[in-house]
Amino acid sequence: MSASQTPPGLTQPDTVPGTEPSRWQKAFREIATGNAIISVLAVLLALLVGAIMIAFTDERVQETAGYFFARPGDMLGAIWQSVSGAYSALFQGSIYNFRRDGFLDGIKPLTETLVFATPLIAAGLGVGLAFRVGLFNIGAKGQMLIAAACAGWVGFAVELPWGLHMIVALLAGVLGGALWGGIVGLLKARTGAHEVIVTIMLNYIAFYLISYALRTQGLLQAPGSTNPKTAPMLETAIFPSLLGPRYNLHIGFILVIGATIFVWWLLGRSNLGFKFRAVGENPNAARVAGINVKNMYVYAMLLAGGLAGLAGVSQVLGTVTTGFSAGIDAGIGFEAITVALLGRSRPWGIFAAGLLFGAFKAGGFSMQAAEGIPVEIIVVVQALIVLFIAAPPLVRAIFRLPSPDSTPRRQRPIVTKEVAAK
Amino acid sequence: MSTSPAVVMPSSEPIALDTAVIKSWKAPIAFGIFTVIAFLMFVLNARPGETTFRLSTERDAVQLPEVVVNSATTGWVVFLALVLITAASALAVISRRKVSIWLTVLFALLFMIGFLAWAAAGSSLPVTGLLFGSVSLAVPLIFGALGGVISERGGVVNIAIEGQLLAGAFTSAVVATSTGSLVLGVLAALVAGVLVGMVLAVFAIKYLVDQVIVGVVLNVLVTGLTSFLFSQVLAPNAAMLNTPPRFPRLEIPLLSDIPIIGPVLFKQTVIVYVMYIAVAAVAYALYKTKWGLRLRAVGEHPKAADTVGIKVNATRFWNVALAGAIAGIGGSFFTLGSVGAFNKEMTAGAGFIALAAVIFGQWDPIKATLAALLFGFATNLQNVLGIIGSPVPSEFMLMLPYVVTIFAVAGLVGVSRAPAADGKPYIK
Repeated sequence: MSASQTPPGLTQPDTVPGTEPSRWQKAFREIATGNAIISVLAVLLALLVGAIMIAFTDERVQETAGYFFARPGDMLGAIWQSVSGAYSALFQGSIYNFRRDGFLDGIKPLTETLVFATPLIAAGLGVGLAFRVGLFNIGAKGQMLIAAACAGWVGFAVELPWGLHMIVALLAGVLGGALWGGIVGLLKARTGAHEVIVTIMLNYIAFYLISYALRTQGLLQAPGSTNPKTAPMLETAIFPSLLGPRYNLHIGFILVIGATIFVWWLLGRSNLGFKFRAVGENPNAARVAGINVKNMYVYAMLLAGGLAGLAGVSQVLGTVTTGFSAGIDAGIGFEAITVALLGRSRPWGIFAAGLLFGAFKAGGFSMQAAEGIPVEIIVVVQALIVLFIAAPPLVRAIFRLPSPDSTPRRQRPIVTKEVAAK
Repeated sequence: MSTSPAVVMPSSEPIALDTAVIKSWKAPIAFGIFTVIAFLMFVLNARPGETTFRLSTERDAVQLPEVVVNSATTGWVVFLALVLITAASALAVISRRKVSIWLTVLFALLFMIGFLAWAAAGSSLPVTGLLFGSVSLAVPLIFGALGGVISERGGVVNIAIEGQLLAGAFTSAVVATSTGSLVLGVLAALVAGVLVGMVLAVFAIKYLVDQVIVGVVLNVLVTGLTSFLFSQVLAPNAAMLNTPPRFPRLEIPLLSDIPIIGPVLFKQTVIVYVMYIAVAAVAYALYKTKWGLRLRAVGEHPKAADTVGIKVNATRFWNVALAGAIAGIGGSFFTLGSVGAFNKEMTAGAGFIALAAVIFGQWDPIKATLAALLFGFATNLQNVLGIIGSPVPSEFMLMLPYVVTIFAVAGLVGVSRAPAADGKPYIK
């Protein structure tokens, strides 16, 4: 999926008629048919649908709709108020809050966005890496839960010096997630079990395992407590804050940047990554070329599980350090799928998509607080974005963009090629 | 468990030699493992006391006596019987005979009796209540599984069952409350299921988006939409929009007087009787009608179907819509049949258990129904044992459907082979 490498300035008119299409025409075509524009339009379209939903469920809009023909201005005004109020709250909750004094307080929402983006990017990398090998990793939720349990247990039950404790907990969590993901790879490689089914089932198994451990003394439950919740993490295991105590941003974000670089290097520059991509493009060809496809499935799922595990670790050691319950994954496991799809399974694409969805999440909560709009609207918008992005012809049809006839393969949906090749 | 494991699974590699040998140790090995589990639980960990099986309630027409057994003795007897069955299956494999499906059924039944006698030691177990609840819990699973079977037999992977159930539950609650009509509520659920199914079909068939992706995203979308509308519209106006009437129980004369079976199967609500009809209709139509043959053709070999003049994509589209309709009706059971009012994410993964039932049931309507009943039984057993105090943590009982499904797809329990063109878009 090549991003368009066109120079800016497409307003230049075509001055040489009669000859073959000029550079600018080509450039325009490339932008209009490229993936970048589809992504942007998909986001806009989803926000538009979100706006319609907000407007329709707004009480004042419903009231004014009763006398729409008498005074249409009232209803339009009400619609404008509800939608602009919602989206400005979304912006102020995710980027910059103008109502606060001073830059340091105003910029806090942006750091919150990064906090929400941290696990999304990590889990998204886990899902995206598996996509590139032709595997559907729907199990990020289970991998996160197991990782959170492992890291959390080390975090509150083991006593180690500062620094070392954190690293041991981190490793325990990532390892736990990797093993939980590895089960999938192993089953796929040995028995041919379909990874979609196995990962969905393992999500539930992980959930019930954690639920059991959380209400059993000596496993995860806080000593002497009857709540299904762990003890708070020890000070020595908690991720240090990145920008000082004023902000919640922790070094998990740095780890996630590192993970993105690692995945970029792995897929783009390493021997193993080359084999991964070969298997993802066409496992039969890869087998003929001498690549051990089954081992690749196992390695890929180990790595994917480890990355999703990083998301779980950053949740328990960075974001929710006062002890966690079975809902620690907070839907991130499923959002990670949408992040990976939006990022088209490219490491930096996932990074950007994670930032966007992190902003939606941070803004969604402030939208709920300020305007009383349920935070679930964000889930709807996210799902719509992915649906639109997955079907470029639909977006083109809505915006009447030219279809890239000269490059018909472009029309193919994002992951099908890799998955269908099995 | 419920399937004949003696058939060798077709290997994924194109080597034909493997399938030529009909000798599989899977059944004896599986039996052996469960026998060992039985030994560890029922014999080594025997619990003192007597177990009472209550076979009828006071309201039943025919009163059956209570069966009282000693827990530890039953454990021993069951264990020895299981050893015998395992030996019989091993003998059958050695002499190259097929392990009969009835042997598997007998094994499962005995194991279950042993387990119940062990788990409920010292208290009494309402057998009819246990089974009745199992059927009730299985109703949405069965509707969902039927939808899954139809859609996947036609070659479209249906991960969106959860979304269809949830959409059905939501719309049926709203429509049934605002109109006061149960029938309209069910119809609305049907329409909602069709809509979700059609979105799945359009994206999967027209835009060739990967079916698993559409399914997953649709689940997220429906969850988000219903939760949003619930918080924004339903919760503030609960009296007007979210207090649906519920289906009354309907006793079928004569049939409901049969001991055990009557109260379990024929004292249910209308929606359950609709389910019986739906299962029978789908099972018959899938194998005996033109519709079923065409559906299976486009799912197994779309190119061949196209060659003989079947419109592959149109067939798929309408059948995915039909599958959505059936799953949608199942969704209405949540609000009109059991719980009463809609709540956020109230299906709680039932769609995925239904998907598990489809796979465990080998894409066959009857077997999928049985699998759904089994999963409903596991859930209800956990409820009942939770009340009388179970030695097994409830989470492990709830985990059972998922573990069983993993074993099924890994080929350890029976064969699970999807329709050949399942998940592959057809491009002419």
